[in-house]
Amino acid sequence: MGTDHADHHHAPDGHGRALRLGIGGPVGSGKTALVAALCRTLGPSMRLGVVTNDIYTTEDADFLRRAGVLDPARIVAVETGCCPHTAIRDDIAANIDAVETLEERFGPLDLVIVESGGDNLTATFSRGLADKQIFVLDVSGGDKVPRKGGPGVTSADLLVVNKTDLAPMVGADLTVMSRDAAAVRDGKPVLFTSIREDRGAHTVADWVTGMVHDWRHVHATPETPHATLHP
Amino acid sequence: MNASLLLLADSRLPAGGHAHSGGAERAVATGAVRDEHDLAAFLHGRLTTTGRVAASLAAASCALATTLLPDATPAGGPASGGGEAGWTALDAEADARTASPAQRAAARTQGRLLLRVARRIWPSPVLDGLALAVPSPHHPVALGAVAAVAGCPPRDAALAAAYHSVTGPATAAVRLLGLDPVAVHRLLATLSDTLDAIAGTAAASPHPDPTPPEGSPSEAPDVWAALPAHAAPALDLLAEQHVRATTRLFVS
Repeated sequence: MGTDHADHHHAPDGHGRALRLGIGGPVGSGKTALVAALCRTLGPSMRLGVVTNDIYTTEDADFLRRAGVLDPARIVAVETGCCPHTAIRDDIAANIDAVETLEERFGPLDLVIVESGGDNLTATFSRGLADKQIFVLDVSGGDKVPRKGGPGVTSADLLVVNKTDLAPMVGADLTVMSRDAAAVRDGKPVLFTSIREDRGAHTVADWVTGMVHDWRHVHATPETPHATLHP
Repeated sequence: MNASLLLLADSRLPAGGHAHSGGAERAVATGAVRDEHDLAAFLHGRLTTTGRVAASLAAASCALATTLLPDATPAGGPASGGGEAGWTALDAEADARTASPAQRAAARTQGRLLLRVARRIWPSPVLDGLALAVPSPHHPVALGAVAAVAGCPPRDAALAAAYHSVTGPATAAVRLLGLDPVAVHRLLATLSDTLDAIAGTAAASPHPDPTPPEGSPSEAPDVWAALPAHAAPALDLLAEQHVRATTRLFVS
């Protein structure tokens, strides 16, 4: 990737480029399902790119490509050398490279989603990589998780609690999760979803659309006109 | 030694190196490296083949970049940094010494990422010129140029390249095999003398004459053809097996 002759090694500056959205969270919480849902819902009205950070295989990228929610060429997989959190926080070079390659090939884009490898509660995206970030938990991890906090839960721009359909089966109390999340997140939004039931994750998609609108308002340049959104 | 060398050689430099194992992951997967003893042989072999070549290329690149630095040229240096023919030729020398296409790709990816972060850390027309001539240079070529811009001489660039050739695989082996990290660092320490010797020899390798006679094709000197070309067929094979593997943790 990125082997063409465009010289794009510029300093980070949001002007004229897509909003970069990081999606992180523990293994199995539904990050890839959320990415697929966002592609499904936002694809018709936005120009998208996706970067996946698989732990051991290209499973996530393959899943997304098979799901048929996005042109497979717009999905790039990055290997992270046993350290998924390093690749999104401490050494973001490979992810930046992948994002810029997508923008170079298909740009201008409206939104580039970077999905982290499944990690622990301390994993957050560097602001050098993601402009906004979503942290995804699921109810089957236990309703105590929001209370435990950690940078992912407390600092993400949006906390998504997925698999609400499983709550009765695992004895998770959504009221407790909601109250605890509000307490540690200082007013930042929390959305409860069941992507199995709402395959478009519409509430999350609405939040993302708002973020893309805001980003465009501040960072659009005349040289890079954006497509008209039809939310 | 220039203090910038410490930043350049630090595994915490955010240039994507953490995701490369230099063949160690495939060596572990195939059973070629199972313990510290195997790792010692692997690292020694890597250092004295690929590492030696990388050190020489980095030293040559550093020497070339030094001739292009603004204060090294009479008119304050060309705006773009120049040296296009030189960079292209030196990068071709690196290609010629890297038999495996997978290794070439990995070296170019690491070179591109290093160049990108270095251009923000040490902005310079020399690095702009390299990026323009070769957007994804081999890692040692990028490393040598960056070292020069950061104020390091060719020997330091060579040392950093040789060091880089063993620390990545060593760290990867710790993660993959659960080896005692202190034992692995002791192993690296035993390579110090070899690292120094390789860097010294590399710095004495042929370099382009910074003040060539008028009209000579100074930017693509034939002297680079004489740079070391040690091959490591086993590493080539591991690299090729690695890109074809269905499961992997490291890029290379």
